[in-house]
Amino acid sequence: MKLKKILGAGLTLLLLSQLTACSTLGVKPWQRDTLAKEEMALNSAPLDNRLDDHIYFSKEGSSGGRSFAGGGCGCN
Amino acid sequence: MQLKQLANISMALAAASCAALGQQAEAGTLLDDWQFNSAILLYNETDRVSAGEGILTARGDFGDDKYLNLGLVVDALTGASATGAVAQPYVQSFTRPSGRGSYDVAAGVTPMDDTFHDTRVQLDASWEQPIAANWRASGGGHLSKEYDYLSMGLNGSLARDFNQKNTTVSLGLGYSHDTISPEGGIAAAFAPMLLRSDYADDSSYQAAFDATRDRADDTKDTLDVLLGLTQVINRNWLMQLNYSFSLADGYMTDPFKLVSVINANGEVQQNLYESRPDQRTKHSLYWQNKLHVRGSYLDASYRYMWDDWELSSHTADLKWRLPMTDRWYIEPQFRYYQQSAAEFYQPFILQAEPLPQYVSADYRIGKMNTYTLGAKFGTKLAQGNELSFRIALYQQNPQNDGVAAPGVLANVELYEKVTAVMAQVSYSF
Repeated sequence: MKLKKILGAGLTLLLLSQLTACSTLGVKPWQRDTLAKEEMALNSAPLDNRLDDHIYFSKEGSSGGRSFAGGGCGCN
Repeated sequence: MQLKQLANISMALAAASCAALGQQAEAGTLLDDWQFNSAILLYNETDRVSAGEGILTARGDFGDDKYLNLGLVVDALTGASATGAVAQPYVQSFTRPSGRGSYDVAAGVTPMDDTFHDTRVQLDASWEQPIAANWRASGGGHLSKEYDYLSMGLNGSLARDFNQKNTTVSLGLGYSHDTISPEGGIAAAFAPMLLRSDYADDSSYQAAFDATRDRADDTKDTLDVLLGLTQVINRNWLMQLNYSFSLADGYMTDPFKLVSVINANGEVQQNLYESRPDQRTKHSLYWQNKLHVRGSYLDASYRYMWDDWELSSHTADLKWRLPMTDRWYIEPQFRYYQQSAAEFYQPFILQAEPLPQYVSADYRIGKMNTYTLGAKFGTKLAQGNELSFRIALYQQNPQNDGVAAPGVLANVELYEKVTAVMAQVSYSF
């Protein structure tokens, strides 16, 4: 019985700790070493993305998503 | 005395070199505040369009997290573009979009207009800066001009950081006004493509051609809204989720595209200029992940787009940067795209059936899947400069959306595949 209580409390504690982990999604400022690298930037190759967006905009029926879908050329 | 003179000379030299060095150091500081990115792309479709595009962007650091971004894009396009008309088992004649001159298309070949060429110049600028603690704002505009097209636009964005900058919420707004003035004017919806050979003389042909033209130019206005959420998951994982909304109002028909009217035996009776709705509302969800995995960097994204033309698409994009040595990296890239057809897409019109309100036979809004397979090779040079090469193969596979091809059309290719090669060189300094 006692063991069950301890196990139950332990399980609750474990679940709570997981919840806390969820609410503190992210890193501390001193843990940004990797995130600060240019390879990790969301738009790490802006010119490649720009050229690709232009090609796919003019060759396919969809555009936008990463950035604005708007016009800019008469290619579509 | 001589010694004193020598000392004076050496002092003067030292002073001069100091001044020179000082100037150099100053010039260095000035340039150090600017980061330049440049790229040249060559795009070549087998037997169709060839394009070259050059970009130069500059980002100036004005201190206190204030930046000025400037961009210049020049591109040139030439080659043959599918008109939308169907292939036939015999030679077909077409009139050029200007109304002057004609071209023949061989039996069994997808009709293409090979006079297609254009040059475009685009300028853009934007300014970004913090406006309060954890708040950033940006504003900018673009101007793009080609022979028959002018686009002007403004955009702005606001971003707010939360949770020790682990979460960022942003809102972007864009508005653009485009004017199209195609060669030969804008044809009325479903105006027939006339042939000079059907007329007795030039003046009667010209009068009939002019009667098919509605106006010299038209406009399109586009409003874009983008809501973004960026979240740091952990030390090695960054995620972004965007919802975007785009409302376009105005002329969205392609003034050069045709649709063939066929009889029960699949023979073309007439080619008409296409007509598309003048409103389009697009939505998209975009989910991007940047992951650091054992020294390599993975960029994986997925986009779902849908609109009121009933065109919806899935796009998956994968880029995996693998460091090879201290300086070199190789990045395999793969993209897969799949779209459903717009509700008014039809590969042809049956003569026996009534004309719908809108029709386009442009394969780019038909059912299709495409994939891109490529690789990028890059190296870091002295002073943080970077040189990279990228090569990719782009394959378009238009598909039949369950339309039966009557008579002679059963023996021609209505959904021709397109293969393109892209080569790009980039240099950042």
